[in-house]
Amino acid sequence: MIQIVIVGVGGQGTLLASKILGHIAVASGLDTKVSEVHGMSQRGGSVITHVRISKEGETVYAPLVEQGGADAVLAFERLEALRALPYLKEGGTMILNNQKILPMPVITGAAKYPEDALETIKSSTKTVAVDALSMAVECGSPRAANVVMLGVLSKFLPFAPELYEDAIRALIKPRFIDMNLAAFAKGRALAD
Amino acid sequence: MKELMLGNEAIVRGAYEAGVRVVSSYPGTPSTEMTECAVKYDGIYAEWAPNEKVALEVGIGAAVAGARTMCCMKHVGLNVAADPLFTVSYTGINAGLVIVVADDPGMHSSQNEQDSRNYAKAAHIPMLEASDSAECKSMVKRAFEISEEYDTPVLLRVTTRIAHARSLVELGEREERPLKDLEKNPRKYVMMPGFAKGRHVVVEQRENKLLADCNGFIDLNKLELSGKELGVVCSGAAYQYVKEALPRASVLKLGMVYPLPFELVEQLSDYVEKLVVIEDGEPFFEEAIKAKGFAATGKEKTGVQGELFARKIAHLFAGAPDPGPQETQNIPGRPPVLCPGCPHRGLFYVLHKLGVRVSADIGCYTLGAMAPLNAVDTVVCMGASIGMAHGGEKARGRGFAEKTVALIGDSTFMHSGVTGLINAVYNESTGVVIIADNSTTGMTGHQENPTTGKNLKGDIAPCIDLVKLCESLGIKRVSIADPFNLKEFTALVKAELAADELSVIIAKRPCALLKCVKPQPALHITEDCIKCGACMQLGCPAIVDQGNGPSIDKSLCNGCGLCPKVCPKGAIKGGAEE
Repeated sequence: MIQIVIVGVGGQGTLLASKILGHIAVASGLDTKVSEVHGMSQRGGSVITHVRISKEGETVYAPLVEQGGADAVLAFERLEALRALPYLKEGGTMILNNQKILPMPVITGAAKYPEDALETIKSSTKTVAVDALSMAVECGSPRAANVVMLGVLSKFLPFAPELYEDAIRALIKPRFIDMNLAAFAKGRALAD
Repeated sequence: MKELMLGNEAIVRGAYEAGVRVVSSYPGTPSTEMTECAVKYDGIYAEWAPNEKVALEVGIGAAVAGARTMCCMKHVGLNVAADPLFTVSYTGINAGLVIVVADDPGMHSSQNEQDSRNYAKAAHIPMLEASDSAECKSMVKRAFEISEEYDTPVLLRVTTRIAHARSLVELGEREERPLKDLEKNPRKYVMMPGFAKGRHVVVEQRENKLLADCNGFIDLNKLELSGKELGVVCSGAAYQYVKEALPRASVLKLGMVYPLPFELVEQLSDYVEKLVVIEDGEPFFEEAIKAKGFAATGKEKTGVQGELFARKIAHLFAGAPDPGPQETQNIPGRPPVLCPGCPHRGLFYVLHKLGVRVSADIGCYTLGAMAPLNAVDTVVCMGASIGMAHGGEKARGRGFAEKTVALIGDSTFMHSGVTGLINAVYNESTGVVIIADNSTTGMTGHQENPTTGKNLKGDIAPCIDLVKLCESLGIKRVSIADPFNLKEFTALVKAELAADELSVIIAKRPCALLKCVKPQPALHITEDCIKCGACMQLGCPAIVDQGNGPSIDKSLCNGCGLCPKVCPKGAIKGGAEE
């Protein structure tokens, strides 16, 4: 079973990455479950998506990845990466967009943003920290940051890059396809 | 061809294939996508009703008129629809009627954790529960068959983890269902005491028949005999966790969760050494199974709060290590916030400054309770704000009304605030009602409502005029103001609080996330800043202070222009200014 957790801040566009992974699972004839968050937390709160993809012939029962079960965490924000750290299994990979968005309890002074988040993560697991936002801007729009991240993740998963490209073509509006293909290639190249 | 579908989408696919013609609903997480999806199918008429009670009444009307019909709502919405629900159980239907209810164990986006299975029992209506998207599709079709065969509405329950999880669904063709004949049958459809007594007999007979028959519903209730040590009764998401956590256990997977197939429970009980019930929410199965004399346990371990998950079940029932809480500890939380540019921010800033008590309601503006706005005092349920403010005035007198506002959104006002306002007029409230009109239903993701001028399809629709509506009730003091004009808005609220009669203020400014609202260039803070912290009091996620005074995060700011208005030094520049 391949298990991936995608985390970020509501509004960052975390749902597209999980849709692409789900599309690839279906195209590969594998069983899959993708669990999303809708509603209240999408208003700037912590959001988490769970993706589980079977091996050949296996059934995916639960919709959720358990703590200690994820092969990779795709984190769109540093604090959310830290929060999701317990989801990684031993030897799992943290792929982290090195962006910092302060939550309201930090803004009001009720809590402190853990400044050593990146160090804590790096010291406990294999980590790829990416400046996905500026890489996406180089491709044409900051909105493609999620696909840059997915490009990085793709190096750690057993699916051919063509499958991602097909999924991007199938799921993204025609006029944004080229930009997102470029973003994917950039992310994938970075992981080399 | 298999497709990856949300549980909610699969339910609608099943309804489409079952020949459904009418869908009427009110949005509410985690149920909203069903109706949004239904409107995209040819052959289905779908609408947003102003509330769930109306939606179900529309549903009953359509079903009695001969069309297969579905109504979708969240668990608390079923409370609103409970009145027609209990009596449509008596009348029965003509063409199939399925009511889909989405529960939210863990309260991801709800004000309580109620378990809707209790409604099935209380209203004597059969209920099915799906455990993945494929079942969402197949069960809604089965629900329509049961509905017509037994002449009963059928409830279909999902929970957040099923409604909002994508899994594989095999698509089928739509089976066209001609309208059933319209019959005049007052003994069946006019529920006054004389006729209802006769129907109550039918309800009891129907329930007894289903109680016996459901033991044979092998497509719904599945007995998976395996290890003899442990037998588990479960349904829905819990079934999926049980399959992972307890792979050797024998399982009775309930697809029909009311009434229960006690013969199957007995078979499982006879087969295994120990019988347990693993269910999210209330001990609904467990109490029923125990009442039949079976020795079963479960709730004393799983508890009634929050969600189950596989490792918790492995720990509680198979001695695996304690996984601890599912949430990571000792890390600053990230609760949802009002978005940058949110029209409610100006409103809450004013109300907080005035120090008034805010009797608020269900919507994005519930978030006004959070620091630093700290402006909201009470929130109970959809529409409660106006009645509660009125109640406070009747309990404590005019002095209370002088320092209190009722705050309700446009969609929530249409849902169930109107009746509260009528009561306030009729029983001579002197309070202030603020309708926060952001031209959409924000929290659930931008659904149209009777005040937006568009329908579910996005077509132009008649638009309820809030001012005329309030005036027609006899309210003399009705005004419209932009909550971003802080001075004018403050003066208006003060004047209305001082007035010794009921008033309504419509705080009108569109949701910042609507496409019609064009983001302006980001603002920035100049050297003139004296670090007084006034802008920080707005609770805007784009204004941060990392110890060197406030700064604006350009990637979040949408240039709404509110913060320059609270800056005493004029140190915030940019945005829409010339």
